[in-house]
Amino acid sequence: MKLISTFIIGLIFGIGITVGGMANPAKVINFFDVAGTWDPSLLLVMVSALVVTAVGYYFVLKRPHPVFEDVFSLPAAKQIDLPLIAGSTAFGVGWGITGFCPGGSIPALGLAIPDPFIFVGSMIVGITLAKFLRGRNAFKTVKTHN
Amino acid sequence: MTEFTPLEAILGGSLIGLASVLLMAFHGRIAGMTGILAGILPPIQADWAWRATFLLGAIAGPVAVSAITGTAVPFENPVSLGAVIVGGFIVGVGVNYGSGCTSGHGVCGMARLSLRSITATATFMAATFITVYVVRHILGGI
Repeated sequence: MKLISTFIIGLIFGIGITVGGMANPAKVINFFDVAGTWDPSLLLVMVSALVVTAVGYYFVLKRPHPVFEDVFSLPAAKQIDLPLIAGSTAFGVGWGITGFCPGGSIPALGLAIPDPFIFVGSMIVGITLAKFLRGRNAFKTVKTHN
Repeated sequence: MTEFTPLEAILGGSLIGLASVLLMAFHGRIAGMTGILAGILPPIQADWAWRATFLLGAIAGPVAVSAITGTAVPFENPVSLGAVIVGGFIVGVGVNYGSGCTSGHGVCGMARLSLRSITATATFMAATFITVYVVRHILGGI
């Protein structure tokens, strides 16, 4: 049941990414090309995603626990440190070069075109290498219930 | 050139938001693509199964969209294969050290008003704008 639920939620995410144009590198790069062929679409994608999530979280996180779990798993890290800034900078450089972000590239695999597979393969090498180099979980969470 | 598609953008963004809210409401999890993906890469985490099904659902997204609309999903890669390989690696290393990407920091984290996520989002958005400017208008493409 839980796994069917996460599949459906993943599907909604993937449909949203596709409809919004985030799986299309040309559209993503055009959003960032303010000095050239600017396409403001992705601003609306990000703002509407943010607004819906902020309103939804406001109500959801007041509940005692999630439907299928005893606790909410929220990110443990609080500090603004060098890995956060340097990593985010590198991510931005890679996003600017390719027009692919992780959330755009994974659904793009469903298009059955070679380019997203090449990107995701290379990204997986990068994530795995960084996991081994750091030797700790960059996505450690703390479990909370109200 | 890509057309400005405001209605699709708002619909798509709202669905991304809906998925993020549902994942928190039902499973208590942040809908960050990087974090979800990292958990099924070695060393694989014990809770890999929900991550794998979420990812499979996401991959089925464009298949569902083209089935519903009856048209191919627009896709255009404007850069060379070499750039895709190098860029993919940089993204992978970057999102792990930065603990998240557009979905995790830009949507979920900002929605929680996390200072880390607001800082990360401002940083990667600025880096992306600069990179696209340099690639397109100084280097003239890659």
